[in-house]
Amino acid sequence: MSTERPRRAVVTGIGVIAPNGLRADAYWKSVREGLGVLDRITREGCEDLPLKVAGEVRGFDASTLIEDRFLVQTDRFSHYTMAAAQLALDDAGLPRENPEEPFEIGVVTAAGSGGGEFGQRELQKLWGQGSKFVGPYQSIAWFYAASTGQISIRSGLKGPCGVVASDEAGGLDAIAHAARGVRRGTGAVLVGAAEAPLAPYSMVCQLGYPELSTVEDPDRAYRPFTAGACGFVPAEGGAMLVVEDESRARDRGAAVRAVVAGHGATFTGASRWEESREGLARAIRVALDEAGCAPEEVDVVFADALGVPEADRAEALAIADALGAHATRVPVTAPKTGIGRAYCGAPVLDTAAAVFAMEHGVVPPTPHVFDICHDLDLVMSRARPAELRTALVLSRGLMGSNAALVVRRGDDSAW
Amino acid sequence: MTRRVAVTGIGVVAPGGTGAKAFWDLLAAGRTATRGITLFDPVGLRSRIAAECDFDPADHGLDPDLSRHADRYIQFAVVAAGEAVRDSGLDTDAEDPWRVAVSLGSAVGGTTRLEHDYVLVSEGGRRWDVDHRAAGPKLHMAFSPSTLSSVVAEQFGARGPVQTVSTGCTSGLDAVGYAFHTIAEGRADVCISGASDSPISPITMACFDAIKATSPDNDDPEHASRPFDNNRNGFVMGEGAAVLVLEEYEHARARGAHIYCEIGGYATFGNAYHMTGLTGEGLEMSRAIDSTLDQARLDPTLIDYVNAHGSGTRQNDRHETAAVKRSLGAHAYDTPMSSIKSMVGHSLGAIGAIEVAACVLAMKHQVVPPTANYETPDPECDLDYVPRTARPRKLRNVLSVGSGFGGFQSAVLLTRSGGRTR
Repeated sequence: MSTERPRRAVVTGIGVIAPNGLRADAYWKSVREGLGVLDRITREGCEDLPLKVAGEVRGFDASTLIEDRFLVQTDRFSHYTMAAAQLALDDAGLPRENPEEPFEIGVVTAAGSGGGEFGQRELQKLWGQGSKFVGPYQSIAWFYAASTGQISIRSGLKGPCGVVASDEAGGLDAIAHAARGVRRGTGAVLVGAAEAPLAPYSMVCQLGYPELSTVEDPDRAYRPFTAGACGFVPAEGGAMLVVEDESRARDRGAAVRAVVAGHGATFTGASRWEESREGLARAIRVALDEAGCAPEEVDVVFADALGVPEADRAEALAIADALGAHATRVPVTAPKTGIGRAYCGAPVLDTAAAVFAMEHGVVPPTPHVFDICHDLDLVMSRARPAELRTALVLSRGLMGSNAALVVRRGDDSAW
Repeated sequence: MTRRVAVTGIGVVAPGGTGAKAFWDLLAAGRTATRGITLFDPVGLRSRIAAECDFDPADHGLDPDLSRHADRYIQFAVVAAGEAVRDSGLDTDAEDPWRVAVSLGSAVGGTTRLEHDYVLVSEGGRRWDVDHRAAGPKLHMAFSPSTLSSVVAEQFGARGPVQTVSTGCTSGLDAVGYAFHTIAEGRADVCISGASDSPISPITMACFDAIKATSPDNDDPEHASRPFDNNRNGFVMGEGAAVLVLEEYEHARARGAHIYCEIGGYATFGNAYHMTGLTGEGLEMSRAIDSTLDQARLDPTLIDYVNAHGSGTRQNDRHETAAVKRSLGAHAYDTPMSSIKSMVGHSLGAIGAIEVAACVLAMKHQVVPPTANYETPDPECDLDYVPRTARPRKLRNVLSVGSGFGGFQSAVLLTRSGGRTR
């Protein structure tokens, strides 16, 4: 029997398409500066809807990154995901297409809203003109698996592919799914999520979420942990990571940016936020346990920060329950208040920010939040320098999932 | 950590009858449940046939909120999960809820409801700037794909990892595969696992019309789904759900549960070739099969039955025949391989789980279900497809394979051999 230590899954590449940056470094710069980009929704057909503010991806020209033959087959959500995937491959120093060992690299995405804009267009053709007007790509553009399939095809990746169709927490579940695949033997997995939920009909669908903020002032619409918390603001975009076997990464000379060390997931019911306290605390404990990490070793928490008073209270208490006395000392941040919640993409963006934060030794701030009513050391106003070796990323979904992910600094071989 | 994973409960909602018994009776008799579409008026469509479930939520004691607001595919899943949990004898109140997981698949989720309400808010497809005031209540539940697993977890008190898997037409196999990993690697002791879809709607029928993937045999729906037959001309849309209770082997033994079989292995690969096209070689599906055999340390000659994807499209059936030959070698010719899609149609994300359920029932009864409607051999499909009539056979190791849009190729291995053979 081999006595080698278990394979470790590490992050070697990050690609981001977000409302506050169209590359990973641009995203991190905005996050670090606490830039808030929430703004009026400008998409055609959304003018009369009661949801006015969101985090839109602006200035993104898909045709500069993605070939026409893929563009015509895909929705905006796949454009973001494919672009982020390519940026992540570039960052990891992996080929954009046809790697030497195609079965060694898989693709896993999380999806919470699918190809809504493409779907609405085809529904309009069907009901407005007739079934013969529905195009040949509807069958592959609307469904949740579109991005994973297209990335696999475009880059020639034949390893294990997966799609977690989920609420927000699915973004962390997807990263864990990729890390487990790597521990089982896959060389690398391109993993993450990007969403595009700002088409008119998709927005109508979201109006039913009781947690949605419809406040029209971008500076006041999404302020978790404050007395003025009034729900969350949706966003589009997301991030893709390359999660890779550590020895494979080191053999090819790639920089090991972080270790995906532990994950925990629980379920406590849709919109039952008080109960999410116990579920989130348990997810944190499971994640720390898997990482072999003591609560005191957590150097920063990226909060879920839903922005609903009951949910914010549950999260603050969950952090206290799971981290004990350390909870009042550990810095907590929620950079997503600057860009909104991009559903499954949100916790992947947070994970990307956590990797940058550890690399740069700085906790980014929580935009729009100035005065909190919970017992947390929330980093507000400006970034705070700190030696960060371990980050805890939290996410809860509107349908009841709770998830926690532990990521640790890549240059430390102690874990 | 690798723990053994047992199947201890089955529930099915399938065309031709609700419940695992009615489902098996249909398969064993080789009857087909394909017919003209009744769920909506299919006038103008190229393919106007489907395998529909005769399903009334009122017959199944669903709570009123679920009967009223939940999408049809969620109702299917709740009913199938209820049957599976009863069948397993599991007392969900006595289990540690944090150790009970849910892993369910669906390819198209709530699209039927999404389409229904789209028509209302768009004045019948006339406006892009839809009017939200015309939408029905709880539309967000159709929008969010995780509603499926969320509702089922809620019904059965599961608080462990809850996932919805959506890898197109391999969703059902992959959901069972995720469940297998969740238990084998110690993240839960029990997992309610399977898949559901109700895609018989104008938009889904129209989008498969557009690529001519579905059969246009509207005049003879009973014989329209003809996997492996030389005169096959596409798949017939289906709907339904199947749910299995998967359980850590010792956990099942300790409570004296009936164990149908074990999950011996699971694997999936991408063909990285085409969203809807398949190669003639079946290399990636073959690799998935090989991987499951490796995991179980099983020699390919010990496979007793292959439950095929067998959709009945020209390319699929050739692709799959090549893949099975590549993995099983000469033994492929001695191994019966059938497609139940000939009888219950192709219910997209659900069918993988329905086919795994068929495999479990086949092992229980020691009978191979047939490929209905198979009459004329295709020279390129030269395996034993079990034409028309079910066949008794000793079944210890059974493979279920699937292939889906996106290029995904998955395989699940079920075993009753009770141990490793190499």
